[in-house]
Amino acid sequence: MRSSNCITLGRCKTLRRIMGSEKEAEKVETKNLPNNGTMITPGCAVLLDINNGDKMTFAHLNKNASVKIGNTKCWLDALVGHPFGSVFEVQSGAKGGSFVRVSPSGADLRDGLGEKDDGEEAPGDEVKGKDNRSLIDNNTAQTLSAEDISKMRTEGVSGRAIMEALVANSATFHTKTAFSQEKYLRKKQKKYAPRVVVRRPSARSVCEAYFAKDPNKTGHLRMDMLSLILSLANVGGYAEVLVLDMLGGLLTASVAERLGGYGFVCSTYHTSKPQTIDMVRLFNFDASTSSRVVRAPASQLIAARTAASKFSTDSALQETDGEDCIPIILNEAKAVSTSPIVDLEDTPRLESEHTAKRRAQSRSDDFEPGKSIKPGRLASEEDMKRWGREGFTSLIVGAPFLDPWTVVKKLLPLLASSAPFVIYHPYLQPLAECMNKLQSERIAVALQLQEPWLREYQVLPSRTHPNMQMSSTGGWALSGIYISKT
Amino acid sequence: MSMLAVPTEQRSEKSRVICEGDVVVVYERHDRMKAVTVAKNGELQNRFGVFPHNEWMGKEFGCQVKGRNGAGFVYLLAPTPELWTLALPHRTQILYIADISFVVSFLELRPGSVVLESGTGSGSLTHSLARAVAPTGHVHTFDFHEQRANAAREDFARNGVSGVVTVKVRDIQGEGFPEELAGCVDGVFLDLPQPWLAIPSVVRSLRPDGLVCSFSPCIEQVQRTCEVLSKHQFADIRTFEVLLRSYEVRHENLSTSFECSEQTFSKEATKSPPHKRQRGEVDEKGGPESEGHAEDPNGGSKTAAGSIVKQSRPVIARPYPETKGHTGYLTFARQATCM
Repeated sequence: MRSSNCITLGRCKTLRRIMGSEKEAEKVETKNLPNNGTMITPGCAVLLDINNGDKMTFAHLNKNASVKIGNTKCWLDALVGHPFGSVFEVQSGAKGGSFVRVSPSGADLRDGLGEKDDGEEAPGDEVKGKDNRSLIDNNTAQTLSAEDISKMRTEGVSGRAIMEALVANSATFHTKTAFSQEKYLRKKQKKYAPRVVVRRPSARSVCEAYFAKDPNKTGHLRMDMLSLILSLANVGGYAEVLVLDMLGGLLTASVAERLGGYGFVCSTYHTSKPQTIDMVRLFNFDASTSSRVVRAPASQLIAARTAASKFSTDSALQETDGEDCIPIILNEAKAVSTSPIVDLEDTPRLESEHTAKRRAQSRSDDFEPGKSIKPGRLASEEDMKRWGREGFTSLIVGAPFLDPWTVVKKLLPLLASSAPFVIYHPYLQPLAECMNKLQSERIAVALQLQEPWLREYQVLPSRTHPNMQMSSTGGWALSGIYISKT
Repeated sequence: MSMLAVPTEQRSEKSRVICEGDVVVVYERHDRMKAVTVAKNGELQNRFGVFPHNEWMGKEFGCQVKGRNGAGFVYLLAPTPELWTLALPHRTQILYIADISFVVSFLELRPGSVVLESGTGSGSLTHSLARAVAPTGHVHTFDFHEQRANAAREDFARNGVSGVVTVKVRDIQGEGFPEELAGCVDGVFLDLPQPWLAIPSVVRSLRPDGLVCSFSPCIEQVQRTCEVLSKHQFADIRTFEVLLRSYEVRHENLSTSFECSEQTFSKEATKSPPHKRQRGEVDEKGGPESEGHAEDPNGGSKTAAGSIVKQSRPVIARPYPETKGHTGYLTFARQATCM
């Protein structure tokens, strides 16, 4: 099924994860990476924002990809060639739905529907005249029956035409206030002429979409928290960031986005098999950014660090090369840019296999520039050695099911002295205890345990107020600056 | 040592240690830090004694240094935009990390982005914008106050971000952004008393699908800005308020006995641990308050209750009693993509 190229984040729908399973699809995706990322190109990933956030769907625009909106199957080919941010209206026809690009502002909502109050800018005046005192809720206001409407739909009457018919056949539409007329139209539009905004997947949009629709996948990481993490961890070009990402790859991808092809994000893992970082593939990264997303088992990073620090204390006495001290070092280590690709699925499970595979990779010379690079290859020998010697420039931990102190104890020594770290957790208590431990161990300064608070507002003339519903927690972040004891 | 990270091949042993001309953030405790430029024969004096800069050179960032008369020690930290925000000289009201981080994310800045900022103010946000767009992007920042712009320019040079930041004296509300930047800007940040006056110029500056953010403390400003934004066909107009709540963490003894006894409720449990300043020891403060939280690294063992109690006293956390209630509203909008 081609339609299975989409990940749907619906309220009652289970998230269908497919991207990894369709090899063919991936090829298309990586070969046609958008140049500047502002245009919708064949094979790229898009975030479909349907009816202003009612439903959010990720899709890869492969050939014949489709998405179901309401009960209508819509082919996504029509989106290609338009810029991101374009707004489309779904026109249902006899052979399914089609996307028609419309003006992005909501101003044309009333076009051809009832009288428009031109010149009367302040709706506040109109409210005075009309109210709901004569409203009788007896379900007789609409003279069109459900059968009439479904007949119109099967005949392929456009959504807009149906809306016009509904207004014309409503006995009460003209007695409503301007506000409630608008509300009525908006409701009908959602049903008969759904609007789809094609958004560019970015840390911001991916985080918001998952938080709204499937927060368990991303450990309830809210957008403002993600922003805070990226700032506190000093993420920017040329940073070398260590990430323990058990949030589906959202942290790794967000860091990679900020690196923009400079520096590294090393997604580490403590398990025999690396955890998934599939969300990285939603970001339409170009080859240079993808090549900066690497993986390494925590045990190897720790071994490299220990060996390097042993070497640095020894080096005062004897002038050795130091390479022998690091067990994982291989002579034929290649420069990063020439390391071939490792498929995420093929990542070896055992460390010895890692090393063997890496050796094999380093020998093969099948890398060509311009060839697609998949994010998440194994870190090269050279990188591991450098991180052992210099340490990472920062650490981000997002592991909702691990005890923070257990993690931090192991990973903090992998940082350079004076490097910042941030530990995210959806619960307060484990971080409080971790903070207490860090204080007594004296390995960090500037410790802060913080919770962000975010409130969105409706801003409309005479109708400004905070949104009626809001998220009550964005989780907690424990941040600080690592101070090495030596 | 620049505030911005440098490529691997340009890093040397030297770039990891403190050198003459580097900016270091001298950390006393969480709410007391100072940015200092290391100078030959320079000296820093604070309540922990006299610190000759010469003794800092060659040491690793993050090191602990003792004052000459032995009154205590400080940490020498590598500068980051976050530390700079806490240590910078205030010439104006500044933006703090909650708003800053949200703005950078919501403007979708990344290396290579071109971003406009008005006004420059004390340059708190500018450093974070610079980090986000470096090494290939650029921040054009404008302030109508010449002295302020000059001071900011000096700060940028000192912190090594001048390569990606240009400061100009310009009244954006009156004159708008320079025409030569028209159509190629990815993001605009406005912190102006009447931001709506600058919107027509923002429209000319932004590329299609580019983003604008306006920061205003008052809702009336937001109201007018939003009206003008929608008049100019901006999409996704959204207004947020973002705050941070800091937590204090301490050990607390909660009695599990409910029997009637002579024992009065110990005040030790709620009192902050004794300060240990006599040794010049620096308490690691977890938040802005210096009183009322137990961050004694020894877990309160110095209280009368003694070390036996220490084991049984669980770690608990609560927000600090007072916090910022409002900074400003952040309004974001996306430039329409032409059909």
